[in-house]
Order: sequence, then structure tokens, then C-alpha cells
Amino acid sequence: MGGKLFRNFSFLSATLSFFILIGIFAVLFTYAQEALHEFGIDFLYSDSWEVDEDDEGGLFGGWIPIVGTLLSTLIAMAIAIPLAMGIAIFLTEIAHETLVKPVSIAIELLAAIPSIIYGMWGLFYFAPIVQSTVGGDGVGLLTAGIVLAIMIIPFMAAITRDAMNTVPPVLKESAYAMGATTYEVVKDVVMPYAKGGIIGSIILALGRALGETMAVAFLIGSVMKIPDRITDPTTSIPVLLANNFAEAQDLEISAMYYLALILFVVSFALISLAKFYFFGRKSV
Amino acid sequence: MNRLLLNKAILMFSTLSAVIGLGFLLWILVTLSYKGIMSLHWSTFTHDLVEGGIRNLLVGQFTMALMASAIAVPIGMLAGIYLREYSNNGRLAAVMRNLSDVMMSAPSIVIGVFVFALLVDPFGGYNGWAGIVALAIMMIPIIISTTDNMLSLVPQELREAGMALGGSKHKIILQVVVKAAKVGITTGVLLSFARIIGETAPLLFTSANNQFFTMDLTEQFPSLTVSIYNLATYPDEASRELAWAASFVLTMVVLLINLMGRFITRSKK
Repeated sequence: MGGKLFRNFSFLSATLSFFILIGIFAVLFTYAQEALHEFGIDFLYSDSWEVDEDDEGGLFGGWIPIVGTLLSTLIAMAIAIPLAMGIAIFLTEIAHETLVKPVSIAIELLAAIPSIIYGMWGLFYFAPIVQSTVGGDGVGLLTAGIVLAIMIIPFMAAITRDAMNTVPPVLKESAYAMGATTYEVVKDVVMPYAKGGIIGSIILALGRALGETMAVAFLIGSVMKIPDRITDPTTSIPVLLANNFAEAQDLEISAMYYLALILFVVSFALISLAKFYFFGRKSV
Repeated sequence: MNRLLLNKAILMFSTLSAVIGLGFLLWILVTLSYKGIMSLHWSTFTHDLVEGGIRNLLVGQFTMALMASAIAVPIGMLAGIYLREYSNNGRLAAVMRNLSDVMMSAPSIVIGVFVFALLVDPFGGYNGWAGIVALAIMMIPIIISTTDNMLSLVPQELREAGMALGGSKHKIILQVVVKAAKVGITTGVLLSFARIIGETAPLLFTSANNQFFTMDLTEQFPSLTVSIYNLATYPDEASRELAWAASFVLTMVVLLINLMGRFITRSKK
């Protein structure tokens, strides 16, 4: 009897992820109704965010935080992809055996540091450097993008390394035996073989960068403005939510739920893409 | 010898990437330790936030993370057991695994918004339970995936030996299979605990924060991470120093739990 009960409980637990995901979608969708009804799809490219003091309404659009999210993520990815690939190549092809373990652990520790620490460190130590070398106010799109890159590099490097480690040594050895250089082995043997895992790791890191809140909140400047220059402050969806969600009311909070819904759907789509298309059935 | 030169350039770039990665780790840890230790006094641990210390914040953060683990570990383990031991690895299991992985990557701020709508808005205010549920939602998929992976490493022969002794399925799972995967699962639990104890975004508008010491989960609950966010943005020097001290303590806790988790696996092997 106990066996059946145990089995049923484990089945229920296993279905919980499904219900939580459905629940998140349903709740966000319901609470976003007012804004969805009021602004429809135009919400995506309207750059106004103004509360009407008298009639509890206002004009809200997601364009600025959407652009801010996309640009900061783009900067982060442009920096993170080459460096993460470099680290993975270093760990799988170059590093001496005695170095692989400690460097791997160090990279994984870098991934374990809470994002709020990156944010705080970035604000007090990195922003002044950006300010004195590139100009601007210190906080802004560029600073947020660079610190975001530092945050996702270890994550991306670790998955890429795992993917590269699945390449059978025989394949690599035969290429080396033909006189190929390390770079040629990586480019023509390792990369094609581990392609799925590598692209998957990039997409997962992309999802992480899009949804990252705390590191960006310290550094992006939190200004409702489309940036003219790369050093200008702006805002992103998670940052807007983190700073203004608690105080918002009526139509404004509904617009916030709309933004959260957009973020959730986009990251859901990205991760599904990474899972189903690039990693196949294998779990990461 | 163009291709040799190119090879050299790429190898140098790769090595440089690793150096940059390690450099940042070192830079962050050194500045954090310097600022943290300079701002840390014994009284920081014995006073609450309202008196310029972090005692209530540490207790609050640990309470929420521990309670979240108390919810997430049994649920996540049961789900992992279902996936590996009961589901016959069919289509349904594949879908469940993928959904759990999707949930693992859901933006933490969205989980905060979700729990706000579910447990804060209807009950008229921030409360500790909402923070706990938000953290548990973050933790469950990590535990599912670790349990699933660790159980898959248990040799089939062990299960067969259990069956040959006439054990019932759930007894074999609990007393043979899970026992054999105990170390791996413990490591996974420690790593995921280290992950959620450093979370800020899901707590911002669920538990929010409290300046005073409290154990009452129905009211605003003190949080170390939310306090760091608030303190760091205050203009006065004392608040910033406290933020550095709190950040240093948080990072040490996270890294120590992390290393502990790794050490258990290593020493067992």
C-alpha cells in the first residue's frame, strides 16, 4: 500500500513544474489584462511611460525597457561569447592536466557568486573605470553590458567545456596525426562535433542575460530614456520591475505584468529552442 | 607559415581569456574582502539592521532559505525519483524533464512577480511565506535535475539485487537506490542552497525587508540580500560600509557551502 502512495506522491511532484509554469503564465496574463486590453500589441513599440494623476490611467509602452534589455544583452553576448569559447578551448585543449581542475573550480566559483555582488562591485569599482576611460556617467548601458558579460562567461564556458569534452579523443588524435594545428582541430573537429551543445550554451546564457536583475539594476542607471550613446543610462525590463513594481498601481502595475509576461514568454521560447533543437533529448 | 601563426594567435587568445576570467574572480574577491573586512566589526553580528548590524538579516535570510529547502528538497527528490525510477523514460518523462529545465531558467524577477500576485496581493502585504515560496520555486527544478542525474548513475545491478531479495519497488528505491546516490544528491542540495541564499530579485516584493528582528513569517521578513541592495544605494558612508560587510559575509557563506558540496563528492570518490 505504501508503495502506491509513494508512487503517486512522486508523480504529483513531477507534474508540479508543469503546473507552476502554467500558473505563472495564467497569473501574468490575467493581471496584464487591463494593459493588454488598453494598449494591445502597440505596447511593444510605444515609448511613453506616464501616469495620469487624476484618473488612475496613463499611457504605457514597453519600448524603452525592451530596447534597454536587448542592447545590454547584445553587448554582454558580444563580449562573453569569444571569451567563454576561449576559456573552454583553454580548458579542453591547451591547459596542462594539473591546471584544468583548479581553473575549472575557479571558473565555477565565479559562477556561484550572487548577482547582487557583481552589481555592487560593478557600481563601486568598475563604473568609475568605464567613466574615466570611455566617458559618460559611469552607470549606463556599456557598464551594465560588460558586468553582465563577466557574470555569464563562467556559465557559458562551463557548458561549452562539457560539450567539447564529449568529442571522442580518437577524432582529435587523427586530426593531429594529419598535421593539423590545435586551432584547426578545434575549428574543424571539435566545433562541428560539439556544435549543438555550444549553440545551446549560448542560448541558455542569452536567456540568463535577458532576465538578469540585480547586476543590471545597480549599473544601467534606471532612466526611462532611449540611450543616444553607448555610455548613456537607460533601463531594462527586470530593472524596471525591481525598482517600480512595488509602488505601481492600477493600469501601471498591469503594464508591469505585461512586461513580465513578455520577459517570461521570450525566455520560455529561448530555452525551449535550446532544449529541443540543440541539446536534443539530453538534459544539460 | 600563416596557419601556424594563426594557431599561435588563437592559443594565446584562449589562454588570455582564462587569465581574464581568473583575473576578475581575483579582483572581485580581493576588493570585496578588503572592503568587507574593513567594515566588519563584532557588533555587526550582534546588532539588528535598525542599530547598524546584520544579525536579523542573517537569521532572516537563513530562515527563508532553510524553509524553502524544506519544501523544495522533498518535492524535487520525489519528482526526480519519479522521472528516473517510475516513468520508464518515456515521452511523458522527456516532456517533464524539459519543463523542469525551462522552469530552472525562468527569470527570477518573474517568479517574484508571480508570487506577489499569488501570496502578497491577496493577503494585503509582504510576508515571509511569500519569500519562502519564491525561493522554493527557484530551488525545485535544480533538485529535480540533480536527483534525476544522480539516480541515473546508480548501477542497474543494485536494483536487480534488491528485487532478487524480494524487496518492493519503493523499498528498493528508498533503501538501495537513493542510498547509493546519497552523496551526489547531498552535493546537489548544498549547491542549490548556496544558489538560493544569494538570491535577491525573487525577494524584493515577496518578503521585502525588515529592519527589526522577527520570526513571524506573516509579516515583512528581514533579508540580507534585499538590505544590501537598499544600503548600497543610500548616500551615507555608514550604510555603504554595512552593505560591504553584508556582501562579504554573504559571499563567504555562498562560496563555503559551494566548496563544501564539492569536497563531499571528492572525498567520497
